[in-house]
Amino acid sequence: MGATIRFLLDGQVQEVKGANPTTTLLEHLRGPMRRTGTKEGCAEGDCGSCTVLVGEADGEGVAWRAVNSCIQFLPMLHGKALLTVETLAKGGELHAVQQAMVEKHGSQCGFCTPGIVMSLYGRAIAAKGAAAPVGEVLAGNLCRCTGYGPIIEVAKGVEAEAAPVVDLSAVRDETMLSLSFEDEVHGVTRTWLSPRTVEELAQAYLAHPDATIVAGATDVGLWVTKLRKPLPTLISVSEVAELKALEETSEGLRIGAGVRYVDAIEAVAKLYPDLGQMMRRLGSTQVRNSGTIGGNIANGSPIGDMPPALIAAGATLVLRRGAERRELPLEDFFLDYGKQDRRPGEFVETVIVPKLDAGRIFKVFKLSKRFDQDISAVCGAFCMAVEDGVVTDARIAFGGMAGTPKRAKACEAALAGKPWAEATIEAAMAALDSDYTPMNDMRASAAYRSLAARNMLRKVFLERQDVETRVTPESALG
Amino acid sequence: MADSAATTPVIETAPFQGVHAALPHDSAARHVAGSAVYIDDMPEPAGLLHVAFGMSTKAHAKITRMDLSAVRTAPGVVLVLSAEDIPGENDVSPVIHDDKLFAADEVYCVGQSLFAVAATSIAAARAAATKAVVEYEDLPAAIDIASARAMDLKIEASQRMARGDARAALATSPRRVQGRFAIGGQDHFYLEGQIALATPREDGDVHVWSSTQHPTEVQHLIARVLGRPDHCVTVEVRRMGGGFGGKETQASLFAAAAALVAVKTGRPAKARPDRDEDMVMTGKRHDFEAAYDVGFDDDGRLTGLSLELASRCGATTDLSMAINDRAMFHVDNTYFLPAIEIVSHRYRTHTVSNTAFRGFGGPQGMIAIERVMDAVAAATGLDPLEVRRRNLYGGEGRNLTPYHQVVEDNVAPQLIDELAASCAYETRRREIEAFNRSSPVLKKGIALTPVKFGISFTTTFLNQAGALIHLYVDGSIMLNHGGTEMGQGLNVKIAQIVAQAFQVGIERVKITSTVTDKVPNTSATAASSGADLNGMAALNAAETIKGRLVEFAAKKWSVGPDEVAFTPAGVRVGTETIEFGAFIRQAYLARVSLSSTGYYATPKIHYDRATHTGRPFYYFAYGAACSEVLIDTLTGEMKVTRADILHDVGKSLNPAIDLGQIEGGFIQGMGWLTTEELVFDAQGRLRTHAPSTYKIPTIGDRPAHLDVRLWKAGRNVEATVHRSKAVGEPPLMLAISVHSAINHAVASVGDYAVFPQLDAPATPEAILMACEDVRTRAKNA
Repeated sequence: MGATIRFLLDGQVQEVKGANPTTTLLEHLRGPMRRTGTKEGCAEGDCGSCTVLVGEADGEGVAWRAVNSCIQFLPMLHGKALLTVETLAKGGELHAVQQAMVEKHGSQCGFCTPGIVMSLYGRAIAAKGAAAPVGEVLAGNLCRCTGYGPIIEVAKGVEAEAAPVVDLSAVRDETMLSLSFEDEVHGVTRTWLSPRTVEELAQAYLAHPDATIVAGATDVGLWVTKLRKPLPTLISVSEVAELKALEETSEGLRIGAGVRYVDAIEAVAKLYPDLGQMMRRLGSTQVRNSGTIGGNIANGSPIGDMPPALIAAGATLVLRRGAERRELPLEDFFLDYGKQDRRPGEFVETVIVPKLDAGRIFKVFKLSKRFDQDISAVCGAFCMAVEDGVVTDARIAFGGMAGTPKRAKACEAALAGKPWAEATIEAAMAALDSDYTPMNDMRASAAYRSLAARNMLRKVFLERQDVETRVTPESALG
Repeated sequence: MADSAATTPVIETAPFQGVHAALPHDSAARHVAGSAVYIDDMPEPAGLLHVAFGMSTKAHAKITRMDLSAVRTAPGVVLVLSAEDIPGENDVSPVIHDDKLFAADEVYCVGQSLFAVAATSIAAARAAATKAVVEYEDLPAAIDIASARAMDLKIEASQRMARGDARAALATSPRRVQGRFAIGGQDHFYLEGQIALATPREDGDVHVWSSTQHPTEVQHLIARVLGRPDHCVTVEVRRMGGGFGGKETQASLFAAAAALVAVKTGRPAKARPDRDEDMVMTGKRHDFEAAYDVGFDDDGRLTGLSLELASRCGATTDLSMAINDRAMFHVDNTYFLPAIEIVSHRYRTHTVSNTAFRGFGGPQGMIAIERVMDAVAAATGLDPLEVRRRNLYGGEGRNLTPYHQVVEDNVAPQLIDELAASCAYETRRREIEAFNRSSPVLKKGIALTPVKFGISFTTTFLNQAGALIHLYVDGSIMLNHGGTEMGQGLNVKIAQIVAQAFQVGIERVKITSTVTDKVPNTSATAASSGADLNGMAALNAAETIKGRLVEFAAKKWSVGPDEVAFTPAGVRVGTETIEFGAFIRQAYLARVSLSSTGYYATPKIHYDRATHTGRPFYYFAYGAACSEVLIDTLTGEMKVTRADILHDVGKSLNPAIDLGQIEGGFIQGMGWLTTEELVFDAQGRLRTHAPSTYKIPTIGDRPAHLDVRLWKAGRNVEATVHRSKAVGEPPLMLAISVHSAINHAVASVGDYAVFPQLDAPATPEAILMACEDVRTRAKNA
């Protein structure tokens, strides 16, 4: 077990001993390392001003990812390589993307600019997710001044280049990182464990059933930066090799709980194109580069976007506790608001997503105030079989309509066995009112949620008749 | 002239580029490299204390107990300050002395500062702040306009601006419609939050780095809190990571708390709220309600208008009087209103005090009249653009504003005609209505709206500025002025003005921080006035020095003053040209003063607030925008698909900077009117206090087609600096076209038979509910 965090910064080995494990990478950069080019805009992974690139072993090579350093915990960098905005200018000469940003007037106040530069540099070195349309790559970099036009111009002209060569062997560590820190402010002794195998994880969690499990920290990071929770014990699952596996089987997909969105989108989109589209709006490039599908499920959020879609798809979970495993339908995992069917020491190991039967309709609608990088007011998923003009099966689930992601059983019943016709749809729309009593909050009113949910079903119907029903921005920014 | 070549120039002169050149922002290379220094990037001085605030959790309450003992004993805490620890006045307000640094015995909004705690780390300070035991006794609270109206709480008496007899005109109007709608507020969401770093100096003095648009006011308020003369406090600003009005008055509280800690402890102190604290503690754009009663004829010409505006000012006065005045000033926009009455109610609520935000009330007034134009178009069946055109200023007896200023520089008709032609407005409108007939779910809308924005602080005395120029003996120039750089490119513009004056390369001119001991008694960098005022002051300083240099050269080389000229090649004296640096060295050796202040006060303006008449504005800035949108009538989702903008910046000081201001302003205005929704709950708590819940536009929200052009014929008729026009605020209001286009799309749901009730912001929810309402009313009609 190691107690020293080691990583490469611009290829040079950095060692950090005795650090508070919930120190964010951003705090470490701006504080002890005096790399102040990386900015704090929100400390919740929404604005992108703190974007840096992290490289990690990927087969024989190194895969780079743009991440929000404000919600990455420093120990998560162990064994990896880091590039910041200060990396780019060599000998006082600006990098091509920096020069282009100057020439195209891509900065005004300049505060978001380093983050934008890093996202653009990620595009140049083929970082994960960075080859997507410009609007998708930069959705996680907010700029309040420019209106984005010049930045789009720069992004369109980014030329590919080789990523910097880094030798991760200098920081490689196959043992479990184990850190301990006396936090005087919170009055706790904080422990961080990064098990390397699922076996180690299972044992560690059994030993510390009150521990907080961290995967990409896109949620848990905010428990520290926003909620300021003491979090005495944290167990990271992001170094557990088995949990990072994504298997395409004849039945469908087996997604390890530690698989990040960015690594799952393609495989999911192959089975469920509409879900693939929705995943491109889930968080931002930086969030998808860290966040995991397992985490989105395990945190039990009523407004997570993956659960409704996966419930409609008939996904199941493999839960593990010690050496025990059990499998249950995803929809049964969510018991009540903030309560999941998960025993102490038990964790989500695998998400099993079945293939979509030929001929089935599968649609996902995500509704939010802003199209990109916004938490849903309502997310609806529809999986239906229509044979000879009759609905033979319907699995419908919504997020944002109840305290948990939840099936629309009354609506499903109103559809099953009925003719695929307007009258059926209207009856099923009305049935949604008995499925859900949504709430009013800052994202939407209950009335809007109910109406929009009903209308989503109408959209499913209309789209089947080839009626255009989506304002989805096309890749005009591509 | 024998010794003219004796010195070697230290600065190579690049090809000359002065005003009107599209130079990059002076900090651009540092922005992209991450080396531009913001306050939180500065090396932290030894012994630094971090300041966190305890905040009210109640909207309106009496504090019955505040026990800070657990705060004082928390780990790392060095000092805890509350109201009784203030040596001077407990006040950080700009005008009326009603914003407290720390609550005394009553709180007036959630997020109000109760006390400050200084600790050895920011984590320790924030953790300690949560340990206070505060007990309250609730008092009646008004959270929104409706409740303040019911309780009759106002920050000042309602104001009335009128010309002609609107009521009589309405009574005899051939046609008449009434309506009302709500206009949401807006958070500034500058990417760099509020911050101040104070360092104690000898004798109880203090130096404060503050991220503020108004260093002079921050200086004065700190002095007032400390109970010391202004000269004991120095406030410095290098750059802000965005301001937008949010750092005009809102920086003072943080700066004052940091300064007080520094003076009390003798240690440096930094106050940096996190994003959530910043959004909860600081004011926003005022939300408004507008109610109109408009008379018009069958041709859509207005005969009379009675407009009532109401705004949520928040708990204190702040700048709300001037902001609401500016709303009244912009109710005419580009239109002549034959008989007009505007009544403006400024409601006091128990929410954070609303403040300056790009446009300063103007946008709310302007969207009200644009809404009226759309309502008249809907009632008459005329194209809304035709209604707008028929009501424009111009022609005999049609140039007087509601505040009795004559519009002398009206270019709106030309701008509108040019834009309507270049963006094919009429053809597209027909195509859109055809599309809507064939598309059951998705609907399009289009609108072209103009902007006329008054330039000058309406508080006349604020229209003054100072500058300070030093020429060093190598010919390099140090330029300081009273304006602050928040990203808008003010510094490069003013450097261009000075470079132009001396005919030197821009690289010779360095602008560093704005600091109150170099240029005193400055006005805020606000009201779009930065370049107009400070540019003129800098030019004035440059001309003073040039005058001395000409006199020197004429005497030394025995030529007439008219034979001395500043040229890009150097200073021409008679038939010879001397390299600039060498020339300046000669002047120094001849004991010529190479430093000068400069000053400027805007001419012609005056205003009588008692009658709301006068000439508050030196001139007007104009623009026009045409936006096209696509909406989903089943979910309310919306996309702005195209926008075309033509904007008048006079003769642009820097076209690249100006285009950036226009595009950025438009997108920011689009955010205000679409996705940016502030939600307060019934207890007065802001529920949208971080980017996870408060949604400013992302890159994907920018219309795929966005064509922004400077109006080529632009030239300020007034003698502004190089005949340029202010550009900071006016473009924000170009986005009113987006709201109007959405309204057009929603109207299609009822085949344009009913006028939609579409409030702002037009969120998906607002759009869907407006569609439902139109469907219902059209069915019942």
